Amino acid sequence: MNSLILQTTTRMLMPLMLLFSVVVLMRGHSDPGGGFVGGLIVAAAFALYGMANGPEALKKLLPINLQSFIGCGLLLAFCAGLPSLVMGGGFMESQWGSVMIPGLGDEPLHVGTPVFFDIGVYFVVIGVVTLFFQSLAER
Amino acid sequence: MNALLMAPVLIPIFTAMLCIALWKWRYAQRCVSIVGAFALLGASASLLISIDTMPELNGVFATQLGGWEAPFGITFVADRFAAIMVTLAGLVGACTVVYSVGAIDKKRESAGYHALVQALLASVCGAFLTGDIFNMYVWFEIMLMSSFVLLTLGGERGQLEGALKYVALNLLSSSIFLAGIGLLYGLTGTLNMADLSVKLAALNETDTKVVSALSLLFMVGFGIKAATFPFFFWLPASYHTPPSVISALFGGLLTKVGVYALVRTFTLLFVGNYAFTHTLFLWIAGFTMLAGVLGAIAQKDVRRILSFTIVSHIGNMIMGLGIFGVAMHRASITTGVESEVLRGAGLFALAGTVFYALHHIVVKTNVFFITGIIEKMRGTTQLAKLGGLYHQRPFLSSLFFISAMSLAGIPVLSGFWSKLTLVRAGLQAETYAIVGVSLGVSVLTMYILTRIWAQAFWAPIPEDDPEQGGVARDNENREPNPRGFAWMMSPVVVLTGLTLALGLGASHTFALTMRAAEQLAGNESYISTVLGAPEPDPRRLVEFHDPIESELHAQIDDHLESGGH
Repeated sequence: MNSLILQTTTRMLMPLMLLFSVVVLMRGHSDPGGGFVGGLIVAAAFALYGMANGPEALKKLLPINLQSFIGCGLLLAFCAGLPSLVMGGGFMESQWGSVMIPGLGDEPLHVGTPVFFDIGVYFVVIGVVTLFFQSLAER
Repeated sequence: MNALLMAPVLIPIFTAMLCIALWKWRYAQRCVSIVGAFALLGASASLLISIDTMPELNGVFATQLGGWEAPFGITFVADRFAAIMVTLAGLVGACTVVYSVGAIDKKRESAGYHALVQALLASVCGAFLTGDIFNMYVWFEIMLMSSFVLLTLGGERGQLEGALKYVALNLLSSSIFLAGIGLLYGLTGTLNMADLSVKLAALNETDTKVVSALSLLFMVGFGIKAATFPFFFWLPASYHTPPSVISALFGGLLTKVGVYALVRTFTLLFVGNYAFTHTLFLWIAGFTMLAGVLGAIAQKDVRRILSFTIVSHIGNMIMGLGIFGVAMHRASITTGVESEVLRGAGLFALAGTVFYALHHIVVKTNVFFITGIIEKMRGTTQLAKLGGLYHQRPFLSSLFFISAMSLAGIPVLSGFWSKLTLVRAGLQAETYAIVGVSLGVSVLTMYILTRIWAQAFWAPIPEDDPEQGGVARDNENREPNPRGFAWMMSPVVVLTGLTLALGLGASHTFALTMRAAEQLAGNESYISTVLGAPEPDPRRLVEFHDPIESELHAQIDDHLESGGH
């Protein structure tokens, strides 16, 4: 497809979608959202790019091996379950801590293992759906 | 201990993920897979040893995933039976990855073979260790997915045909299993197996009859997985199609997961109506043994023969479960010494089932491995085209001989002791018909295996056939490359050694399986470990403020007490 309108819109929409996906990912623990939906939004952004500029351009945009990317996402999600096991609890039991980040005010930032699990899911969904799109587009 | 219990599932999952991450690097995947499989073997063996020997555990250990207490969260439990099965899964896994270095081709290896094998091992271990019936369904699905891809990997015509039958029947089995779970949940409101056991025992008489009917769904669902009569035909239709190493993994492990699920559910959950369910098992067992062995006699290809004999051996394992139930039923309606003898026979029968599964996993994997080596050497596994193998490779042939004789149940080897246990239990429980069938089937198994031995190993290479004679002559010189051959031989040597060890150290093996059977027959330690003794009633833990709701619960309580015992 070679449409000027679509290409121009994509150029403006894509950064917005990528940013929005990060917002959805990070608010996911206590509000609607999370890794799965966030990952779908990123994959939709890539798909849009692929449709506007062709699958070759998408390949150039993502010079990584998607299978390995999926594997890394899986590993990250998996490792999020391990800390509690090392501490003697059950597998996948949430562990929370708080970190002070300078420049972000006096409130400490709550960081826990579920966040890393979600990021792992995020990577996996991005990888799988983009891989789907790529293999279908190449047919 | 939590980590040790989870390790048999987490290690292969981690290995599979790492293999996916290393998608482009075939050799790295291979190394990771080997390391992972041996780590699994080590972890599962130490799990078995600590479960069996640590006195404070009382033979069972449970962990709650994510820290959610039972019966609300998913529980992982290892008792002796589960630990034995997990150890065997680790053993078969380690042997398979070592063997596949020499056996599997480049195309399959770079299409994710290692990740799939590890995913399969993870799902098998998960199914053995989970204490939650729905979670078991999930593991069955993972197992189905990875085994389906392994079956079709390579995409040869025969493979696709076999895989279609395999996946269609296994999907049917999964949906029946799922329907059974749904009905069980509707009846009891819980999915935790220990909790289910308590709740099912407390049901009133009408509901107990419903449970007997419901147990048939599980019998059929798991029966398809385990390849029992009359649902066995997918197995011989598909197991000879993929490369031998995959057949070995499937033939050794997969059907035994079905057997495990049958034993687990019919010793823990559906124990209210032994006379009905377990008599049915005896019938199923008899027909399964006969169908398998008669099918095997009609076949002319070594791998097909071996696939059919899997079916007949599954019959032997189901027979133990059947004798157990029938003996327990008779023990409950008799008194005094007779009742004690029958109870002992029931325990013996269960121990026989565990022993048989243990022996069969080791030996069956091994004979499939050896068949794979033969196929590599000759390019065929058709009996008519084989011959002279003993002359060519005496050492390999003697290894096959030991395994085959163990499979047939010749004294001193492991197959003999497991059959002896089952037969003795059957005689004590006075289930003579099934014992007769089992002995007859043993003789026929013996005949089949000696036929393979005589035609493939002792007979001269066929040469008078103008079409095939020349091919066989050429193939005589087709030696596999020595490096690959060594990779393939080493697990065969280890497994044959293990068969001998299991047979020669039968008293230790038997003692272990007897301890496992005692746990299976008396579920108290399993239930109290999962739920924490004494078992709290969740309804009483919650303070009801809503008068209508508490009234409702009072009514339910009354109903249960008046309708129950």
